[in-house]
Amino acid sequence: MLGTVLSGDYPRSRLLTAILIAILAGLALAPFVFPGTRSLNVAAKILIFIVLVASYDLLLGYTGIVSFAHTMFFGIGGYGIGIAAAKLGPTWGSLALGGGIALVLAVALAFCIGLLSLRVKTIFFAMITLAVASFFLILASQLSWLTGGEDGLNYKLPGLLLPGTRLVEAPVLGVEITGRLVSYYIVFLAALALFLLLLRVVNSPFGKVLLSIRENEFRAEALGYRTVVYRTIANCLAAATAAAAGILYALWLRYTGPDTTLSFNIMIDILLMVVIGGMGTMYGAVLGATIFVLAQNYLQDLMKLASGAAQGIPLLPNLLHPDRWLLWLGVLFIVCVYYFPLGIVGRLRQKTSRPN
Amino acid sequence: MLALSGVNTHINLYHILQGVDLVVPRGELTMLLGRNGAGKTTTLRTIMGLWRASAGRIDLGGADIAGMATPSVAQLGVAYVPENMSIFAGLTVRENLLLAARERSFDESRLARIFKLFPAMQKFWNSLAGNLSGGQKQMLAISRAIVEPRRLLLIDEPTKGLAPAIIANMIEAFRELKLETTILLVEQNFNVARELGDSVAVMDSGRVVHSGRMADLARDEALQTRLLGLSLDSHQ
Repeated sequence: MLGTVLSGDYPRSRLLTAILIAILAGLALAPFVFPGTRSLNVAAKILIFIVLVASYDLLLGYTGIVSFAHTMFFGIGGYGIGIAAAKLGPTWGSLALGGGIALVLAVALAFCIGLLSLRVKTIFFAMITLAVASFFLILASQLSWLTGGEDGLNYKLPGLLLPGTRLVEAPVLGVEITGRLVSYYIVFLAALALFLLLLRVVNSPFGKVLLSIRENEFRAEALGYRTVVYRTIANCLAAATAAAAGILYALWLRYTGPDTTLSFNIMIDILLMVVIGGMGTMYGAVLGATIFVLAQNYLQDLMKLASGAAQGIPLLPNLLHPDRWLLWLGVLFIVCVYYFPLGIVGRLRQKTSRPN
Repeated sequence: MLALSGVNTHINLYHILQGVDLVVPRGELTMLLGRNGAGKTTTLRTIMGLWRASAGRIDLGGADIAGMATPSVAQLGVAYVPENMSIFAGLTVRENLLLAARERSFDESRLARIFKLFPAMQKFWNSLAGNLSGGQKQMLAISRAIVEPRRLLLIDEPTKGLAPAIIANMIEAFRELKLETTILLVEQNFNVARELGDSVAVMDSGRVVHSGRMADLARDEALQTRLLGLSLDSHQ
């Protein structure tokens, strides 16, 4: 049963299994265990970024494609919901229409970009994706009548998803059952389903062909595989999943703007999460996204505590001042990349693997 | 089975194959010999479509495959085993073989045959191919080529860098394989060539300079010296 759910791809490390179970339990019970708006926002962001990073891992880790257009697909999903909800009204029908159009558009664009890989490869392909993503970012900023420009779009959602909607009068385990909770569990279930779907894809025969293309494209061709077709399908799958993540983010935030979906800072964050977690492992996306989002949100608080505790020691309180959190985030990444060149998952699996 | 006539291949500015004429008879193991840089590997890669022939005809069972894309050539039943143990290191032995099985499932009888030829494949079935020894990687590369029935096997220096005991194992395997398929085998080791070859072609400077029966070449030391020794001297 578990083997079927995980597509036979077990974590293959006791420590990794324990960490993954802890993350899953933490995210599943977040509204009850970590009550509060901020912690619920962090949990939802972790869920959405797990999907986004896993979909990028399908490209980078499994197929060896370096693309900078991933946030563009994320943004297409977000704007699909945003524009539909803002222009057509907060109905389930408009959300379905917006989400559907976003998915189709993302796949169509990914197909066109994928076909370019017929002629250009590696760094040139990456440059083309960068150019297309830049064009899309400018487009979203300029078409303010449609996208809200730099300010983005604020919109309402159907009543069931609104924080003010109370589904049960009495609190359950001390938590009020509101539309916000419904939204969270929609995000949770959708993220879980999308992650397991990606796990299925990478462990299917199709996924093995992708791995062979990553290792050596000529050898894969010599076995009879049309690598361009496989790369294009991988590109379309990753784009559709990223757009789905964008749809979830838009549903959660009730806001879509360039900074939350299309920004290159998000692209860099995704790259870091993939590298920290471990490329070509899928589970790396879970660890990478969790560590990164937690660090982004709580490192400053942690440093404030540490700075207070270090009062009286020369230099240390200044070094640990919350304003220097980006410096320590950078140090954390350098340490991660230096000590875990295969990512955390790769390192944990390496530790437990035995020579034949 | 396979006939190359007047095949030319350019790699960037270099004119590597300069009119190769080669016939590989059906059901035979043809040895392709020659010094380093003679164009043997380029010939295999050109047949496979990995390098595009700039002129000439490559006839496979009556069809001209010159200019065909590599996957199309592979789908016609041509398997290529490049030199340097060309396996997918990040996949298991099973996954490596499954990639080569176009039906995505194994023919149990062929699998049993592979295990009989190379018992290490069964032993390390679920191990990562990257963890195998050099000889085992080569066995895996050859197993991948024969996991399905093929019309033609193109094998490039399979014994390069292997221990004598493993080379003996390889020779036995090729003896069995040539009973069921046509093979074009590039080899530097003349003893291996003598043991296995039915027919032979010797290349020098991008051309086939001799073709005939392997047994004749093996008997004629003067011819060996002229073809293989003389060619070396001329480039020193």
